[in-house]
Amino acid sequence: MKVAISVNGRQVEAEVEDRLLLAHFVREQAGLTATNIGCDTTSCGACTVLLDGESVKSCTVLAAQADGHEVTTCEGLAGADGRWHAVQQGFHAEHGLQCGFCTPGMMMAAVSLLAENPDPTEEEVRTGLEGNLCRCTGYHNIVRAVLAAARDGQPAAEAS
Amino acid sequence: MIPAPFFYRRAGTVEEALDLAAGAGDDGKYLAGGHSLLPLMKLRFAVPEVLIDIGRLAELSYIRAEDGHIAVGALTRHHDLEHSELLAAELPLLAHAAGLVGDPQVRHRGTIGGSLAHGDAASDLPAVALALDATLVARGPSGSREIAATEFFSGLFETALEPGELLTEIRIPKPAQRGWSFQKFTKRAIDWAIVGVVVQGGQVALVNMGSVPMRAAGVERALAAGAGPADAAAHAAEGASPVADLGASTAYREHLARVLTARALAEAASRN
Repeated sequence: MKVAISVNGRQVEAEVEDRLLLAHFVREQAGLTATNIGCDTTSCGACTVLLDGESVKSCTVLAAQADGHEVTTCEGLAGADGRWHAVQQGFHAEHGLQCGFCTPGMMMAAVSLLAENPDPTEEEVRTGLEGNLCRCTGYHNIVRAVLAAARDGQPAAEAS
Repeated sequence: MIPAPFFYRRAGTVEEALDLAAGAGDDGKYLAGGHSLLPLMKLRFAVPEVLIDIGRLAELSYIRAEDGHIAVGALTRHHDLEHSELLAAELPLLAHAAGLVGDPQVRHRGTIGGSLAHGDAASDLPAVALALDATLVARGPSGSREIAATEFFSGLFETALEPGELLTEIRIPKPAQRGWSFQKFTKRAIDWAIVGVVVQGGQVALVNMGSVPMRAAGVERALAAGAGPADAAAHAAEGASPVADLGASTAYREHLARVLTARALAEAASRN
């Protein structure tokens, strides 16, 4: 079937198999490989992207379900002028990563979390990221990074 | 993992969905949020030939106060249940339980109707619907019918829905007793409950204590006869036949059911 999905503001049209997953569409049709595929079972959150501004696990969404909708990936966070999103700055400043595999998904989950709750407590950040696993177990710095992004106050609204 | 090939069809209206389902017959399956169905399809536990996407039927997404009950559209997402002011005031149990389904990403996609129609005894909302004495409304080629939640779950991943029938609405009566509790025991936040216990007033339902979501009839009888929480909870595993799996042995699940029921009844009593 033919699908047309706005990915980071760019319209991507492709003839795809009905069973194609959004994660594969983003990586292969849109050519954006920040979105990692980890567990493939809706558990780890590495493939998290925004669908119409809300976090979803793109391994469990069909490209067909996203047809006509807006997807934002990690590559779409920085502004047109190259300026980093507050969440990117937070992860940089607080070193919110170790191996980096979970990082794009963590950042997209954080953007969605801050769009819904711009001033979260530490506990709310931890529960808000419960759908994302870091197998380096680097959670403390990830939580600090999200809190720093919230303090910097450019919440995710602009990306959603 | 990628699902086996299927034909994707998208419904623009309820009528169109019913027509597409009639055309697909036994080989068709409705797709709502897809967060129960797509994982099963990846594992080849479900291999439908036709997926009928009902995810855009906005007419089936609502939470409304009606005469004596709350009406919830089948396509209302867990996220919307979790944040509903109406539910927070009238049915806090449902809002709270929906907020514990999966994780935020899952709750952005998963729907109450999808969860109930999937009929998984390990899912939270079937037991919540049982404890709330919900009535489920299904549309088929010959019209609508109402099914009591207590009659809806008929077997392992089996419900009373006929092939092609579409769950459209969940009707929940205003609870006679306000006290409620949901106790969910998981290893990780995102996991299914190893055991869960749902209490609304004197109605008690169990998550993952058998192949079918069930009411804890022994506990309810004891409560009705005047037993206190601790004594009533001792009956929690009666009539249950929980599986043994990687999560827990049968005996441990029975133990958990009794412990969690005692906690749930105590918490519900504190909210009366």
